[in-house]
Amino acid sequence: MNIVSAVNDALDIKLTEDKSVVVYGEDVGYEGGVFRVTEGLQKKHGVERVFDSPLAESGIAGTAVGMAAAGLRPVIEMQFCGFIYPAFNQIISHVARLHNRSRGRYRMPIVIRLPYGGGINALEHHSESMEAIFAHIPGLKVVVPSTPHDAKGLLISAIESDDPVLFLEPKRIYRAIKQEVSEEKFSVPIGKAKVLSEGTDVTVVAYGAMIREVQKAMVMAKEAGYSVELIDLRTIYPLDKETIAASVKKTGRIVFVGEEPRSFGVGSEIMAVANEEAFLHLEAPPKRVSAFDVIVPYPRGEHHYMITPDKIFYEIERTIKF
Amino acid sequence: MFDQFDPADDKMVQVIDNNGKVISKELMPKLSDEEILKLYKDMLFVRTLDQMIVSYQRQGRVYTYPPNYGQEAIGVAAGAVLRHEDWLVPAFRELGAWLAKGVTMREVFMFNMGFEEGTKFAGANHMLPSSVPIASQLLHASGIGYAINYQKKDEVVMAFVGDGGTSEGDFHEALNFAGVWKAPVIFVVQNNQYAISVPVKMQTASVNMAIKSKAYGINGIKVDGNDIFAMLTVFRYAHDYVRTEKQPVLIEAVTYRKGAHTTSDDPTKYRTTDEEKEWDLKDPLRRMKLFLEKKELWSDDKEKKLVDEYEKEIDRQFIETEQTVQYPLEDAIRFTYAEMPQDLRDQQIEHEKFLQWKNARK
Repeated sequence: MNIVSAVNDALDIKLTEDKSVVVYGEDVGYEGGVFRVTEGLQKKHGVERVFDSPLAESGIAGTAVGMAAAGLRPVIEMQFCGFIYPAFNQIISHVARLHNRSRGRYRMPIVIRLPYGGGINALEHHSESMEAIFAHIPGLKVVVPSTPHDAKGLLISAIESDDPVLFLEPKRIYRAIKQEVSEEKFSVPIGKAKVLSEGTDVTVVAYGAMIREVQKAMVMAKEAGYSVELIDLRTIYPLDKETIAASVKKTGRIVFVGEEPRSFGVGSEIMAVANEEAFLHLEAPPKRVSAFDVIVPYPRGEHHYMITPDKIFYEIERTIKF
Repeated sequence: MFDQFDPADDKMVQVIDNNGKVISKELMPKLSDEEILKLYKDMLFVRTLDQMIVSYQRQGRVYTYPPNYGQEAIGVAAGAVLRHEDWLVPAFRELGAWLAKGVTMREVFMFNMGFEEGTKFAGANHMLPSSVPIASQLLHASGIGYAINYQKKDEVVMAFVGDGGTSEGDFHEALNFAGVWKAPVIFVVQNNQYAISVPVKMQTASVNMAIKSKAYGINGIKVDGNDIFAMLTVFRYAHDYVRTEKQPVLIEAVTYRKGAHTTSDDPTKYRTTDEEKEWDLKDPLRRMKLFLEKKELWSDDKEKKLVDEYEKEIDRQFIETEQTVQYPLEDAIRFTYAEMPQDLRDQQIEHEKFLQWKNARK
């Protein structure tokens, strides 16, 4: 499976076993989504459960609130990361709050699927990596898989979660990674990071499409004789501080890699965790390898923005040699 | 005209039929033969340019492109009524209007080659950049309309959106604001029947798009968007009305997206060839060409010669653009703020140190 087919498989499993699950969004039904993630689901599960909505992101998110209040488990799609903002009001004002406002009476088991990230030479508003905005909203969980296996397992957990989950799909690697994934139902827990490679010199924390870039940098690091421990966050909120802290205590150094604008980002939170939880173990300043605080450039300038393996290696080496 | 073509009756303004025959003489816009030919040539130019960009995309020389194919009459007619001082608030499928406002081919190419410089539209007076988030631009048009009234200027705003865009909240807010403010805005819905894969019947339960004007207390009218004469008549009327009455108008231009949504889309997944053939008969260039041939103003030979000329000039400018564009690091950063924050400057300096290291390793 690749990430596209893994997400499709998770949706198929949940649609099959839970009649309260519905899937909708722009082009999601008949066509099966612009990335073909929901392909075949309408045919199999019917137009009442997998359908095209009118073109209105606020409408999609707002109706999901109503459906959830009335007992459904909507899985909605925002076609591209940059199109989610009309829905921001509904997400921040209701999706994330109705549970609190009703003192737990109305749960919000909503999953918002969101293809995100750059590196695909797309038009403006198609390449952003603004997960920090959502991670900052109390009441929302924010999940980002980096592999087909985790995409399937995390999405199943997300649909089963009684809290709303923003499920970010790294579209740059939608079809780039193939992996044996069980056809059976399984879940990957939300809130648990994964140590992908163990090492002793430095901890690298990343997620989504950046994992693959870090792994390329690790080949360079290995040649240079450095031992890198790589942590895939998998969930941004709630953050698995324990795994990060334990690793930093072991390596004494931490580098965060993200394609987000640097300031006030997920990386800033990781730096805070390193300082708060492992301060006395640090042998070098925690380092963020993030994008500039700029709007993602149009395709011809995007290479200036995207984080490359050699940049990651450069910062790993500087941190180790500090 | 608004009473005569009340959207509640689902009437549509039409001047020529599918065979180029005039079916409504009284609505035929006043035009000299020369002006009529210019309209056709402008459509032909847009179609040629549009198709060449699609082929450049297939060759990997430009990125994703949203074709205008089949919708040329609307943009060209809009361009014919917009004055230098009027505002154009585009969506992304009204190339004829862009060119008429003064957007250069180089800019069109640069936009599609992935350069922000291509949405500066430096020579196009009173035109905003293309807006990708659907319908969001319509509120900007209402705001410009307010500013025009406030500054007591004699200007008109023309703003575009597609059929899918009418479902967005911003569409309704824009019409409502413009209605309350009596903003001189012509809102144009290019109803090309599809929002990517979603057909218009799944977008709205309204009998047409023009009728949505009634909810906001403004006039609306439905026009055959593949009939350039009908488009021109309605645009001229609306332009005059908006300017003198200081009232917004909603125009629905009924058309068909003959091409894909963008070059990333495959319309065979969601529509039939029968449907496409039906709309081929309504093609705006085909219909006008039949009209011109009846008047002996045009011939296949003339067309071939002109298209050859267009293709040569378009390709010459495309190659020139390809050979002269560049995207230095500075360009990714310097327009983020009018006043550059020191932190951002520091990020650039830090990155340049990395680039030095990288170059030294080579």
